[in-house]
Amino acid sequence: MEKKRGFSVFFNGILPENPTFRLVLGACPTMAVTTGAINGLGMGLAATFVLLGSNIVISLLRNFIPDKIRIPAFIVVICTFVTMVQMLLQAFVPSLYQSLGIFIPLIVVNCIILARAEAFASKNKVLYSALDGLGMGLGFTIAITLMGALRELIGAGTLFGQNVLGAGYEPMLIAILPAGGFIVYGLMLWVVNLITAKKEG
Amino acid sequence: MQISDANIVTILVFMVSCVLTNNFIFSKFLGCCPFLGVSGKVETAFGMGMAVTFVMALASLFTWVINTWILLPLDLVYLQTIAFILVIAALVQCVEMFIKKASPSLYGALGIYLPLITTNCAVLGVCILNMTDGHDLLFSVLNGVFGAIGFLVAIVLMAGVRERIENSVNVPKSLKGFPLSLIIAGLMSVAFMGFAGLFSNV
Repeated sequence: MEKKRGFSVFFNGILPENPTFRLVLGACPTMAVTTGAINGLGMGLAATFVLLGSNIVISLLRNFIPDKIRIPAFIVVICTFVTMVQMLLQAFVPSLYQSLGIFIPLIVVNCIILARAEAFASKNKVLYSALDGLGMGLGFTIAITLMGALRELIGAGTLFGQNVLGAGYEPMLIAILPAGGFIVYGLMLWVVNLITAKKEG
Repeated sequence: MQISDANIVTILVFMVSCVLTNNFIFSKFLGCCPFLGVSGKVETAFGMGMAVTFVMALASLFTWVINTWILLPLDLVYLQTIAFILVIAALVQCVEMFIKKASPSLYGALGIYLPLITTNCAVLGVCILNMTDGHDLLFSVLNGVFGAIGFLVAIVLMAGVRERIENSVNVPKSLKGFPLSLIIAGLMSVAFMGFAGLFSNV
């Protein structure tokens, strides 16, 4: 029973409640950093680290944080992990740090993280909160890597920086421009809606 | 006292650049959550935009002062994110209490949006961008105000389009809501790209 609940909590973030495609949370980084698959993957993993860390700490502190000041307390915890990620990336992956730019400190205000702290970690045991953080983080990572790959493929004809469509392909630049971020995300949500509608009806 | 070496022309150019060409939503992707979430009606979109403008101007001012006079001299710049978000959270709380006391009718209109502003990434975004771009105090505040006006323009335009589309056009069920809003936003972003040529000869 315990094992089953753990699995469903973990899996929940990957498909049934995928933060990007089902809950539509954290839209800003989703569209801003997905000009390439590598950026998407880097952003996703950074957010997963923060989500896992903040969920564990907030779950451990859930009986000590007074209800009235819980939001500022959550933000401070989240911010600690964000600062850690920022420093780690700056030290070890400076190129990724450069290309993600302002969106690394902005993980603090990524609504996925605060939403999971509020809706899950502040009410559940440490193990489940960790699994929830990991599942949600991986769901987010998969979604934005996919979107990054798609935009990179259409907009530059490459995938993870490797040329895959050959020299004959004329890249559609708009896909990696800001406008393309909105349109590709919109079309992907549309496809997800079509699939779920078909599954349910 | 010389606050900044700016003249009226550079300020005007800066304004057009913030509101139109480097619009927070359409070219920087800052503040997309409220942009998508609160753009259902023109009236509420306008309220949200006004509240954001107010907070962004104040936040730019306070975070510039804190960064320049406290964090830089003490060599604590790595605490920037945490300091800024706490300033913004406190500021939003103060603004909320002030408006509640000073103008209950405005509070009634903006009330529910005020707490949401803390997690609006445009606010934290403008504060961090002011520091990374090295703006002086005047331009930091101007960046906050004009950036927020750009946000206001975007969210009100979006709400206008959405009001018409959702009332009059027969939209397929799977496109309703977010997918259609995003595609509209993409088309608006294409339109805003046109403004980029505006100052090519300045």
